[in-house]
Amino acid sequence: MSDQQQSPDLQQRVDDLLASHDPETTPPAIFLGAQYDAGLAWVHFPQGRGGLGLSRGRQVEVDERLEAAGAPRPDFARNSIGLGMAAPTILAFGSQELQERYLRPLFACTEIWCQLFSEPGAGSDLAAVATRAVPDGDEWVVDGQKVWTSGAHNADFAILVARTDTSVPKHAGLTYFLVDMRDPGIEIRPLRQITGEAEFNEVFLTGVRVPDHNRVGTVGEGWKVATTTLNNERVAISAGNDREAGQIGLVTERWRTDPSVRTPGNHTELMQWWVETEVTRLAGERLRQGLEAGQPGPESSAMKLAFAQQAQQVTGFALELAPEEGLTYHDWTMVRPEGGSFLGHGPGFRYLRAKGNSIEGGTSEIMRNIVAERVLGLPPDHRPDKGIPFKDVPR
Amino acid sequence: MTDLLYTDVEESLRSSVRSTLQRSLDEGLPARLYDEPDTDVSALWQALAGQLGLAGLLVPESLGGVGAGAREAAVVLEELGRAVAPVPFLTSAVIATTALLQAGDEQHLPTLASGERTAVLVLPWTARRGAWSAVSGSAEPVAGALGADLFLVPTTGEGGGTSLRAYGRDEVELEPIVSLDMTRPLARVTVTGQGDEIASGAGAEAAVDAALAAGAALLASEQLGLAQWCLETTVEYAKTRVQFARPIGSFQAIKHRLADLYLLLVSAQAAARQAAGTLADGDLRGAHAARGTHSVAPQGAAEQQIAQAVAQAFCSDAAVRAAEEALQLHGGIGMTWEAPVHTRLKRAKADQLALGTPDRHRSDLAVLVDLPAS
Repeated sequence: MSDQQQSPDLQQRVDDLLASHDPETTPPAIFLGAQYDAGLAWVHFPQGRGGLGLSRGRQVEVDERLEAAGAPRPDFARNSIGLGMAAPTILAFGSQELQERYLRPLFACTEIWCQLFSEPGAGSDLAAVATRAVPDGDEWVVDGQKVWTSGAHNADFAILVARTDTSVPKHAGLTYFLVDMRDPGIEIRPLRQITGEAEFNEVFLTGVRVPDHNRVGTVGEGWKVATTTLNNERVAISAGNDREAGQIGLVTERWRTDPSVRTPGNHTELMQWWVETEVTRLAGERLRQGLEAGQPGPESSAMKLAFAQQAQQVTGFALELAPEEGLTYHDWTMVRPEGGSFLGHGPGFRYLRAKGNSIEGGTSEIMRNIVAERVLGLPPDHRPDKGIPFKDVPR
Repeated sequence: MTDLLYTDVEESLRSSVRSTLQRSLDEGLPARLYDEPDTDVSALWQALAGQLGLAGLLVPESLGGVGAGAREAAVVLEELGRAVAPVPFLTSAVIATTALLQAGDEQHLPTLASGERTAVLVLPWTARRGAWSAVSGSAEPVAGALGADLFLVPTTGEGGGTSLRAYGRDEVELEPIVSLDMTRPLARVTVTGQGDEIASGAGAEAAVDAALAAGAALLASEQLGLAQWCLETTVEYAKTRVQFARPIGSFQAIKHRLADLYLLLVSAQAAARQAAGTLADGDLRGAHAARGTHSVAPQGAAEQQIAQAVAQAFCSDAAVRAAEEALQLHGGIGMTWEAPVHTRLKRAKADQLALGTPDRHRSDLAVLVDLPAS
């Protein structure tokens, strides 16, 4: 309720934005920049940083009005890392200077971001990253190899976790940086996936120079900063609202329009998935209501598990539902898409792409560890590298 | 969108019910009922019904009740499910009470609301909205009949339509049935007297359907509470049980099963809240106040029925799985008569079969959401 008192003018601000910038004709970048300046980008951010210091749940009020007015939206497909991960991290840990420099163009999507976290030797064990950052005057020199970098080929900037100290245990020797992807020391190679596309890349960093003022958080604080970002990614992946949205909607549409797919066995399976996806939708809605009421639930890690399971099972079912079509594939030509898509192309693509849902953003096995240890309070697993300097850990 | 969270009032009701149960329900009582089915449990119901007013939770204040709604009843059922409390709340205070409310009764409700008498809707415990038939002579297996004072029986009237009649204890014969779940024992009910008509024709059918729908919607909350007890108890066990020199809860083989169970219960909770919330939105007290002008809009009624079918299809299986996981993860202890896990497994499995199996609810749902079987 205190939110309402602080800002009686939220609707007025939306009115003003729409009056001064015609949502139909203003170019997206200009409109989104103005939305940021009005504090309507992320209402839970502070004033002057794209927000108004309100509760996170109240963003819905703004988004619903803007959507109804047909206003341009930030390009989540291309800039999901920027919007979902870089922005909240820069706000939480970045200097004033970094916030002023990066947040506005990030929201307007005139600058696209990617994530340099995972490495060939640091996947689920992210804290084992070996990419080194060595200080050199007021700069850092970065050398190493990153992998699974979605959209690196479109990105202007990256969030980077690198090792700045090998003499301490793995979590303590990491530091978080913002990196210019146009640095000549950066080489990007497409990494082709089972779908035929290359959403991902390998990124090789050789003598990349990063100014110290692009450091986020203190030296050695990188794990804490990165964890905040990962939590944001998980919340972003878990979102979704309408009944029969996503993969199940494609299946139900087919069922209603094509009686030839209706067999008793298929019907049993269809109804089971319908119930499961509906219940997951309700659980997501319950999570959202909790967030709006200022009671964020710990269940978002668990929700990602449900989302992945259902996407994989339902896309597999979709192939069985129409077997002749399921035997075909839309196109195997190698392309580098602008952004990730779970719903595009044909059913074969959706089936194959969904396999990544239980791996990207934390594997389902890691998510189960997180739920078991952080939510249920079960004792930690045996960890042989605990307390041992990174340089002494067998790798 | 229905509010899926718990209000402060609901939370405070929860803690009253929980502390009354802790005081008045001996933890060994549920298991004892299998060996001594005639154990007198009326003191427990008197504590809940009389002191907390749970018997009249759904009854309007004008008829001596509390005038609360389905959301509050759902919270009570979560607590009763946790404890597998042997009380007739669901059968009398929810199902039979809803039938009487829908029928516009003013004669019997005050005595039910005070906790003085309990009532039962006499139909097989597997009946569900739109899938029951009038009783001729006797019905079985009926839950909540043993110990009841008032028997509401849908019968065939003289013109061939449905006649919902009320019978006293001396107008029926009861034969106990050895039940899978002896904490909610079943019986065969045979009508021997004349009874009084409460509603007839479409009104009688609507009253029975409303009662079964409310029962199914709120049974999901009982199942949720039972499943939460299973998860919490098993997590505690996994933290303290040591094998191979470490708590078994540190093994991923155990952890991952419990994490999956947690996800299942987060989902079941949302489904149960949606069923309770949509039921409350189409409040029956409104129907009672202005009979014949049912306040639920067609859209709201459809949402209510979808939510009920979804909650029953999901929570029934979730509770069974929670109890089965609890048993397995307790190891040999879980298999013993002494550990309380089996009382939850038996209730969970019986609840899964009660008021429509998950399969039947999925069939109902297919019609509701236009996904025809053929």
